[in-house]
Amino acid sequence: MTQAVKPPLIQFTNVAKRFGALTVLDDFNFEVAPGEKVTLIGPSGSGKSTVLRILMTLEPFQEGQLSLAGMSYHEPNGTGPFKASERHLRQIRSHVGMVFQSFNLFPHMTVLRNVVEAPARVLGLPRGEAECRAIDLLAMVGLADKKDHYPSQLSGGQQQRVAIARALAMRPRVLLFDEPTSALDPQLVGEVLSVIRGLAHEHDLTMLLVTHEMRFAREVSDRVCFFDKGRICEQGAPEAIFTAPEHPRTREFLASVLR
Amino acid sequence: MEWVSYLPSLARGALVTASITLAAIAVGAVLAFAAGIARVEGGRVLSTVALCYTEIFRGTSLLVQLFWFYYALPLVGVSFEPVETGILVLALHVGAYGSEIVRGALSSVSVQQHEAARALNFGRMQTLFRISLPQAIVEMMPAFGNLAIETLKLSSLVSLISIADLTFRAQSIRNLTLDSAGVYSLTLVGYFAMSLVLMALMRLIERALRRGPAFPRAAHS
Amino acid sequence: MMYGFEWDTATPLTYAWSILPIILIGLTVTLQAAAAGFAIALGLGLVFAMLRRSRIRTVSWTTAVVVEFLRDTPLLVQLFFLYYVLPDYGVTLPAFLTGAIALGLQYSAYTSEVYRGGIDAVPRGQWEAATALNLSRMQTYRDIVVPQIVPRILPAMGNYLVAMIKETPVLSVVTVLEMMALANMIGERTFEYLVPLTLVGVIFLILTLICSAGLHRLQKVLPKAGIPLR
Repeated sequence: MTQAVKPPLIQFTNVAKRFGALTVLDDFNFEVAPGEKVTLIGPSGSGKSTVLRILMTLEPFQEGQLSLAGMSYHEPNGTGPFKASERHLRQIRSHVGMVFQSFNLFPHMTVLRNVVEAPARVLGLPRGEAECRAIDLLAMVGLADKKDHYPSQLSGGQQQRVAIARALAMRPRVLLFDEPTSALDPQLVGEVLSVIRGLAHEHDLTMLLVTHEMRFAREVSDRVCFFDKGRICEQGAPEAIFTAPEHPRTREFLASVLR
Repeated sequence: MEWVSYLPSLARGALVTASITLAAIAVGAVLAFAAGIARVEGGRVLSTVALCYTEIFRGTSLLVQLFWFYYALPLVGVSFEPVETGILVLALHVGAYGSEIVRGALSSVSVQQHEAARALNFGRMQTLFRISLPQAIVEMMPAFGNLAIETLKLSSLVSLISIADLTFRAQSIRNLTLDSAGVYSLTLVGYFAMSLVLMALMRLIERALRRGPAFPRAAHS
Repeated sequence: MMYGFEWDTATPLTYAWSILPIILIGLTVTLQAAAAGFAIALGLGLVFAMLRRSRIRTVSWTTAVVVEFLRDTPLLVQLFFLYYVLPDYGVTLPAFLTGAIALGLQYSAYTSEVYRGGIDAVPRGQWEAATALNLSRMQTYRDIVVPQIVPRILPAMGNYLVAMIKETPVLSVVTVLEMMALANMIGERTFEYLVPLTLVGVIFLILTLICSAGLHRLQKVLPKAGIPLR
């Protein structure tokens, strides 16, 4: 097992996350090794997207510890909901990228500008260099010819591919996919999945994927985690989970989605 | 054709009205963005200051403000030229109402856009100036257009602090000729014409912003 | 001395206290003028909105131009126009009424747009259902349209009422003795404008804050689906 050899890149220790009275994650423990591709599955509201949103620092958590590449999310004397300074959070974010369900491209920027803006502004790359890289990435997702279009002129599948290129442009160590195909028309799902599949097979990028595409999950992931009520109920190699689930809740869920 | 003889004087007044209005809009826009951004992005202190400013200038009558700055302030040793007072008070008015427009448009930028910016590790100011404002500014334009017209209309009040704008000239001519119907009809038409020009101007700016070519969807819908 | 009240300019505070009764008399005039103006604006605005929907092109187009003209010209000049021109044609009205009419005219342009927006927001299906039930045009408006638009337009109308209250000081130029006119007169006599004008400003501020709070409350209480009919 890879986990045994390398120290984990991501480590959740006894993390609790609440929205008011509602507990979303409860005493949550979870580790991801560098380069690992992990798929999170489970019924909606089970907390899987919340894991990604916490990792991206879009949501604070109340209890426990979370570390990424040895860096703790909370600072010892940090304040505010995130218990950390903005500077610290930005340092964490520099290692993480995210692809959203609703793409969230910037509507007022061309495709190229969407991919160039963050490397140029945040990483301080010279614009020319950032553009060269952006064009390479757009070619990789098969959209080099759309670089001067605006997001509204693209299909959903194309927008999501641009969003993947945009996230990759920041050279993250961890890339999070939050239901990347859920907002797409069925006939557009394939093009996005094939880009993610390419990434999974060719990169040593660590990937966390929340999806309802079970066949795809089985194909690309090293490990599948089944979430139920804010905890990981069962996890293991995709073959094991999909062919011989042990927990009755897992069986129930898979039966309902694989019908 | 007596009314033709009023035209040169009224035209000079219209020029004053136009200058005061444009100056007030320009200064007011700066105030509006400063206060609106402070409301949304400022810390507790800055946003409270901005809130007090907007509430005071939106909550009291413009004419009261004008007289306060013109009659009352000099008594405590602060005095401006009438024209400066007029522009200042109108600009404060534009700034207060405009800041609500800026605030509203900034808060209407979707949460998802903010999350995407955060995922790409943009800083707060970068998010504001690169992501939020460029999207929000297009949404602000129709409301700013109305505010501009409002400002043109309210600029007539400066005639009451002896600035020789269009309304002031109309009053003087009327007192001289007693031809009320002629003078005031002409004056109303003058304001109406200026409003139309101002509206066209604002629409031109809006279209340039929309085309620029950031919002193609909006452009063909 | 004014209205029988003496002022005491010893300190700003005693001064403010001594002129408060005078200013409050002005406040009643301010509120009356706003109320009268608002009543005119509500009625005339509805007339404009209905004329605007007229199927006769000339009527709807003329109404559109008139409304646009009223909206794009200053209240002050409209007021002067009424005040000086009407008597030339034999119509002599008290200053208060002239002022209320001017306010009402100016704001009818705004309220007509609110009515129009409200009526346009009634789904086409409602009109079609009314037709299918063979309701007359009058019945359709009375039982279907008005109950549905009232909750929707009330907040906007409330905002215009507040705006109108703040514009009543303009009526002072045609000798209506509302709050600010009185403050100015006190200022002229005592050579001390700061306290009376500030006092008027503060009263306006309190008035608008109360009105906004009331409107906020109203928006929560209003039934979203329309006034329930039994």
